[in-house]
This record gives sequence, C-alpha cells and structure tokens, in this order.
Amino acid sequence: MKSIFNYITGIFKGVWTLLKGMSVTGKYFIRLDKIVTQKYPENRKKLKMYDRFKGEVIMPHDAGNYHRCTGCGICELNCPNGSIEVLTDKITTTEGKSKRILDKYIYHLSMCTFCGLCVKTCPSTAIAFSQEFEHAVFDRQKLTKVLNKQGSSLVKDIAE
Amino acid sequence: MGYQRYDLAPLTHSIDLFLYNHLPATWAFIAEMTIIGVVFLIFYAVIGLYLVLAERKVCAFMQNRIGPNRVGWFGVIQTIADLFKLLMKELITIRKADKFLFNLAPFIVIIASFLGLAAIPFAMGLHAIDFNIGIFYIMAVSSVGVVGVLLAGWSSNNKYSLIGAMRSGAQIVSYELSVGLSLLVIAIYSGSLQLSTIVESQADAWWIIKGHIPAIIAFIVFITAGTAETNRGPFDLAEAESELTAGFHTEYSGIKFAFFFLAEYMNMFLIASVAATVFWGGWMPLHIPGCEGFNNAMDFIPPICWYFGKTAIVILIMMWFKWTFPRLRIDQLLTLEWKYLLPINLVNIIVVALIVLMGWYIK
Repeated sequence: MKSIFNYITGIFKGVWTLLKGMSVTGKYFIRLDKIVTQKYPENRKKLKMYDRFKGEVIMPHDAGNYHRCTGCGICELNCPNGSIEVLTDKITTTEGKSKRILDKYIYHLSMCTFCGLCVKTCPSTAIAFSQEFEHAVFDRQKLTKVLNKQGSSLVKDIAE
Repeated sequence: MGYQRYDLAPLTHSIDLFLYNHLPATWAFIAEMTIIGVVFLIFYAVIGLYLVLAERKVCAFMQNRIGPNRVGWFGVIQTIADLFKLLMKELITIRKADKFLFNLAPFIVIIASFLGLAAIPFAMGLHAIDFNIGIFYIMAVSSVGVVGVLLAGWSSNNKYSLIGAMRSGAQIVSYELSVGLSLLVIAIYSGSLQLSTIVESQADAWWIIKGHIPAIIAFIVFITAGTAETNRGPFDLAEAESELTAGFHTEYSGIKFAFFFLAEYMNMFLIASVAATVFWGGWMPLHIPGCEGFNNAMDFIPPICWYFGKTAIVILIMMWFKWTFPRLRIDQLLTLEWKYLLPINLVNIIVVALIVLMGWYIK
C-alpha cells in the first residue's frame, strides 16, 4: 500500500519539479530586457564595460602627473610570463639618503595573459586594469608600452 | 458553419479538373502527383530550415542570448546560408563502412518523415491523402525512421554510432507504445481513425476540452513520448554529443548529415501537428458551445492560421522541454516509459472507455 502511495506522490512531485524548471526557463524566455549579449561593433559608442573586466594593465596618474609606483618590482617577480620589466634609478635625496625611484615601467601586452597577479600583489595599488580591449595593432612594437608618463614622479604621501 | 467559407476543396478540385480536361488521364495523374510532390518538397525544406532557426532563437532567449542576428534581418536567412555551406561540404566516404547501407540510411530517415506529412490535414480541403486509418498510417511511417537510424549506426562501422543506434532502437520500440495508446484515447472519443473526421468531430469544442481529464493526461503522455520518438530534447541519447560524439550520425558529413538534421526537425513538426490535430482541433477554430457570436468571430480567422498557430505552440513546448531538462540516462529512459507512462496510459484508456460508455463527456 505504501509503495503505491509513494508511486503516485512520486509522479506528482516529479511533474511539479519539472514545471518548476520550466518556469525558470520560461521566465527568461519572455524577459528580453535581461539579454546579456552585446551587439559589439554597432554599439561600440555606448558599450558599457564592467569594472571587473581585465583589459590591459595601466598606471593611473593623478592631476599633478604623480603615480604611486615605488619601483619595488613585486609585480615583475609575480608575473608568470615576464611581461613586466621595472627599470629603476638610484637618486640621492636632499637629506643625503640614497633612494630608489621608478625610471621606466615596461609592459609587454603581447606576452600578458591578464591573470591579474601584478595588480593583486602591488603593495601601493600603483597599477590597475583598464576596460580597453581593442588591442589590435599593425606593428608588434606597439604592444610594448611604457606605463609611467613622461616626467611623472612618485606621489608625495608614499615618498615620505 | 462559418468556417466552411474557407473550404479549399473547390480550389483543389478545379485544379484536378483542369489537368484532367487538358491532358490524357495518365499524364494528368503524373502531373498531379508531381505538383503535390514539389509542393511538399518546398514546404519540407522551408519548414525544416525555419524550425532550425526557431530552435536557435528559442534556445538563445532561454539562455539570455540573442541568437543568430547577423545574416539577414534578425538572422532570417542564417539557416539558408548554413544549408549552402552543408551542400558544398565534402561527402567523406568511410573506407570500412558498408557503402550501400551507409548511403541508404539518411534517405530512409528523411523519407519516413516525408511520408507522414502526406496525411496531415493542413486546412479544410487541403489534405494530400485522407486515409480512413490516418492516425495508424502516421504512426506506422514515423516509426520507419528508426530503421534508418539503426542502419546508419550499423553501417558506419564505429562504436559510438552503434551504441547510439542501439539506444535509439530501444527508445523507439518503447515509446511507440505510449504514442499509439495516447492517440487511442482520442480515437475512442471520436470513434474514428480518419484525421478529417477527427477534426470535424471537434467543430463544437476541441477534444482537450470535451474529453477533460483523460484527454489532458493523454496529451501530456503524447507530448512526452512524441519528444522521445523524435530523438530530441531530454531524450536525445541516440546522439548524446557529450558521451557519443554525435551518436548515429558521427561519420556523416555534408548533405547526408543535413538530411538527418532536417529529418529530426520535420519529425518534431509531424508530432506537433498530430498533437495539434488530434487534441487541439487541427485547423478547427476555437469554438465554445453556446457562444454563437464568439464562434462566428473565430470563424473569420482562416483555418490554415489556426493549424499553424497550434502547431507552433506545441513545437514551442517541445523546444522548451529540450532547453530546460537534462538528458536522461538509458535506464531512467526505460523506467519512465515502462513504469510510468505505459501503466498511466493503460489505466487512462480503461477510464476513457468507461466515460464514453456512460457518456460522461461534453457531446
């Protein structure tokens, strides 16, 4: 008797769960505003990128042309495929102390796999990912970039 | 009745008369057969291609995508482009395959789905052959397709193909029973196997309404078993691309693969149109007993629109199944049929026989 009861309730439970599944897909079927696909070349002007998107590594500079990179080289050590080269200079400050400053931050976009280890490990949040993704160029040389701008220097609060 | 204003029988009769008046009897017969054949071929190709597109669009919307939208407006000629691509592909011959059966198999599959179309009443008077055993005929020819699937699996000389074909064989042998028995419910109700009579018997209301609970159960069983019979949706173990590469059509390429692909969609169309005809009244407009004004208004919509509308809705339900449910294992498949659908169906038939005997349905 119990097995017959289980058999019949099993049928109704089964149908109920199937209908539940169908209601989920059915809801998405009619919600055309929830479509996530971007029609890329047409909507290029108003394309909305997401903050988490890893386009390419950049070094943000503030209004006074200051960056936050101390030239410690942790990003270079962490990069698994050697796409970052940090070139540093030694200077002597006014107090007579010897100090290391950033000379050139070279980033090889052609070797980057966008793993994000450099951005994650940077102790002074000097580098970040931009949302730029149209990287195609006609010359391979153009993929090697210097991230720190001409004449920029370390921001004051880290320098002291 | 109002819907008779769209009767297409005078038109077809006038074409028939025209041919017989202007040609010798033999040639008129051949010309008529050729015209019907060509019309069905074009219909088959157009419906098959657009069902593929519809499937891709429905699937895309259910997964929050857009689907094909580059070739033509809204992707309307995407599948035609795909067809041309398949036509131009190389037909690879398998060295150790049984060549004759290998080449024969896609034709058996496509002919089986093509034969079934002949008995479908598309609109009033638009009916290639009106057999007095229409339902029986459709069931018989649609199960011939499995012979093609088995031949394809066997002749490919490939272990995946063979497993896929054997699964398909087991599946169709099981589910054919449920399809037949669920159609028998309506055959008992209407007292006929002739599709035109079944449609005419729904002039006051459709069987799904008149036949109440047993008809609804029969419809659910039919749509489940029908989905299984077309090797689609959650029952696509015969191709099971994640485990058997592509199952029985692994070794096929180019247009022979396209035949299998098209036949799958046409089988779906066939099952959907049988469901629409038998349960939802086919080309019969929506009639509610006692509402004369409403019935007259409904009669103004041509029967062909009713037929295609109902078929499209049933097809949408079948696509909905496919893109919602995960694929069944072979033992689950057989359990579903032999332990659930078949007993339910048998009990249902006894109940229907009792209901018809006692007259407990809307007459």
